[in-house]
Amino acid sequence: MLNKDRAADIFSRIKKSSTADEVETFLWGGRSALTRFANNTIHQNVAEENVVVSVRSVFGGRTARATTNKLDDESLKRVVQASENLAKVQQPDPDLLPMADAAEAARSVHPLPPRHFEETAAITPEARADAVKKVVAAALKRKLTAAGIFSTSETQEAIFNSRGIAHWHAQTSSEISITMLAPDSSGWQKANSPNVALLDPAALGEVAAEKAAKSAAPREIPAGKYTVILEPAAVLDMAGFMFWDFGGLAILDQRSFLTNRVGTKLFGDNINIRDDVAHPLQSGSPFDGEGMPRQRIPLVENGVVKRLVYARATAAKMQKSEHKDKVGPVEPTGHGFTLPNEMGEAPMNLVFGAPRDPKTVEQMIASTERGVLVTRLWYIREVDPYEKILTGMTRDGTFYVENGKVQYGVRNFRFNESLIKMLSNVQEMGTPVRASGEESFDMVVPAMKVGEFNFTEVTKF
Amino acid sequence: MKHIADWALNLATMRGAFYADARVVDERSRALSTKNGRIGGASDSESLGIGIRVLADGAWGFAASDDLSRAGVAAAAARAVEIAKASARVKQHDVRLAPEKPVTAEWTTPHKIDPFTISVEQNLELLLKIDAELRSVTGVTLAETSMNFRREEQWYASSEGGRIHQTKYTAGAGYAAYAFAGNEIQKRSYPSSFGGQWQNKGYELIEELKLLENARRIGEETVALLKADRCPEGALDVILESSQLGLQIHESVGHPIELDRVLGMEANFAGTSFLTLDKLRTLRYGSDLVNIVADARQEHGPGLGTFAFDDEGVAAQCTPIISNGLFTGYLSSRETAHTIGAARSGGTLRAEAWNRLPIIRMTNISILPGEKPLTLEQLIASTDHAILMQTNRSWSIDDKRYNFQFGCEMGWEIKNGKRARMIKNPSYSGITTEFWNAMDAICSRDEWTLWGTPNCGKGQPQQVMGTGHGASPARFRKIKVGSAYKGN
Repeated sequence: MLNKDRAADIFSRIKKSSTADEVETFLWGGRSALTRFANNTIHQNVAEENVVVSVRSVFGGRTARATTNKLDDESLKRVVQASENLAKVQQPDPDLLPMADAAEAARSVHPLPPRHFEETAAITPEARADAVKKVVAAALKRKLTAAGIFSTSETQEAIFNSRGIAHWHAQTSSEISITMLAPDSSGWQKANSPNVALLDPAALGEVAAEKAAKSAAPREIPAGKYTVILEPAAVLDMAGFMFWDFGGLAILDQRSFLTNRVGTKLFGDNINIRDDVAHPLQSGSPFDGEGMPRQRIPLVENGVVKRLVYARATAAKMQKSEHKDKVGPVEPTGHGFTLPNEMGEAPMNLVFGAPRDPKTVEQMIASTERGVLVTRLWYIREVDPYEKILTGMTRDGTFYVENGKVQYGVRNFRFNESLIKMLSNVQEMGTPVRASGEESFDMVVPAMKVGEFNFTEVTKF
Repeated sequence: MKHIADWALNLATMRGAFYADARVVDERSRALSTKNGRIGGASDSESLGIGIRVLADGAWGFAASDDLSRAGVAAAAARAVEIAKASARVKQHDVRLAPEKPVTAEWTTPHKIDPFTISVEQNLELLLKIDAELRSVTGVTLAETSMNFRREEQWYASSEGGRIHQTKYTAGAGYAAYAFAGNEIQKRSYPSSFGGQWQNKGYELIEELKLLENARRIGEETVALLKADRCPEGALDVILESSQLGLQIHESVGHPIELDRVLGMEANFAGTSFLTLDKLRTLRYGSDLVNIVADARQEHGPGLGTFAFDDEGVAAQCTPIISNGLFTGYLSSRETAHTIGAARSGGTLRAEAWNRLPIIRMTNISILPGEKPLTLEQLIASTDHAILMQTNRSWSIDDKRYNFQFGCEMGWEIKNGKRARMIKNPSYSGITTEFWNAMDAICSRDEWTLWGTPNCGKGQPQQVMGTGHGASPARFRKIKVGSAYKGN
């Protein structure tokens, strides 16, 4: 296991071996376990532990990285040498900045809520199996088949550099995902938390089972534009596709759908999004891949794209670019990835703003004359990078809604929908919750009722 | 390393494991990239550890550790058995393994040049030359290149006596040009999208790909797409070039034939499959011209699914998947073989790394080329009206693998046997079996390429695996074209 002292000792050994102008070490490690079930049986059940050390060396504008999980002295010397050898053979990059120093990395550090829970760290395979047993028992009682996971982990990360940065973060996480399968339908629920005590597998299983039962014998209704009620997991899996475009480097590279659009009103008045690592429903470490503290950044206010996020080098580059006066405040925001990389930065701790008048999913259904309730989306891919058209499928609980009531389950749809249009057509929203899907990283998002959602095809089930 | 695997087996057996296998894996990789004339990334990485899989009380347990000391391995073996016993608390029946004769073997990917012996300077110089060539075309706004090498050495041992030492080499390289103007971003990639071409080969792959020779053309096509006409909508004939057909095979044949999916073992994440067991040898999957195999053997070629033994010690095999259009086979493992009445596993269990449990993965799922000589140009010449689609841009398919939609980087409208005009944003969609039954022509061996898909995701925790897909260009009649942009 990695701890603060061991991490510091590894860095001091690396520093001794280094001949570079500057050296940085990123360490991460931990223990994780995942109990997986299907066909009402635990069929896969795994655990792992590992510690990884990644060294970046700099020689006069040239940098490279080497990574190992071999921690003996000889291997550490070798990984330092590997990063130096890779760096030395390059042409100097005039945009490469000196590493951040301790003073630069000390500003605006937001204290995090507790993210390490002993109860999560100490959970046993037996305890996970017993939780699964309850889910399976509920499935068997309803003549359903349960599948899913119950995972837990305890992880640590640290970054040190030769200019005085020394950061440490440890956290736990736990996650449950449950699919209940009936002969011709299914239902799904997923939740996660740093604190395993906050997860309720039986309750999640119950909702998934209810969805499977209610969507039995799905009917085919024609593709077309519908009012949809997207549960939070569906919203997050769609929305996650746009945040890579909120990095300053994506604008400089002209690969972002926000190129020439920062400062414009792109979404509906009711869309507010910020990046906030310290939000109580968020997770993750408070520093980025260069050791800079993650800042709270308002990205979208009342539908207007206000700001981008920046790694240090991107901010410096943006200041010199033709875009600098059109993209809002330009400064390092603590969202950079470990260097060297091609992507620059991205916001990873997204929080949607609460609406003035939040609605529950039930209220959204009650106010819908004709629409579709979507539990979850699947296999989402980008069709058009500038209009941000995404395609994908509905999955595990899709229902027809009419006259304010869920009527019956329907066969799953393929959609081809512009994310810009979708976030311009949000009619109602719920209270944002910590949601978890499969296509995107977790975020704090609400359920949404969206008009004119574009279903283009229907599948066979 | 062999003795470490032996410790693990002894300790697991002493703790009550009925069966155990252990894999010690030492992996080394290098990733180099450029972006707009600068080094984008330069990194080396290595990882060493052990994964121990056991059966105890009729259920599976798996534990992996980077600690290869005797105490570390003992702790991991004990943990694997403890986990298996916990698994046994929730089971409907005991796991059954199909018998497999244990073997002792050594195997290394055939390769001419160890890629780690080629200097980084030489590799970066080539990438920067390609980068410059792409950006020499006016209108190219972003150029990216990459080159990747991997060496994975594995010592496998099982409590049944298997001892297998395999070393696999993988190489991959490619590039992409982007052009942004007005309200659109266009992209062209070479040799294929998402990292280019990947094979189990040494550095000789890089020399074979003719990377620099094609860079200017790719840059020019990227810019030309900005002014090209949009793809029409409707039921049209489609010709897919071979890398796109490779991905079509991956998504609409490779995944649905995974027996773990069929049996519901992936239901929570990757999904299930429309290929229920009753469809074996009864379903007309495609037209008579469709012959698809799952072939992991060396003689199939240097695909990302080529090996001598899978990760439970079963020798590489060739399984006919679709034979003259009839569905004839699944991808199976020792645990799942009995469900299709097979006496032996199909040999497809693979793990991403030492810290992942082996699961059923595609090997090389390839469509066999047409027997009659037919080049792409001859196929085009014999076509009245169709859209030729090249290089994947987007891909999506439902969780039972019926409904799919693919977008490509570039298309050509074929009229009266000739390329009439360039088409941008081409897409097509359909239902798997309807699509494969619409195939009416496939080019012959000269047009056949064994493509590598390096990024296939599956499993929980998710594992990324390389798979191979051999394909020749093929034609499909009356396919739904252009619906990706419909309504937007």
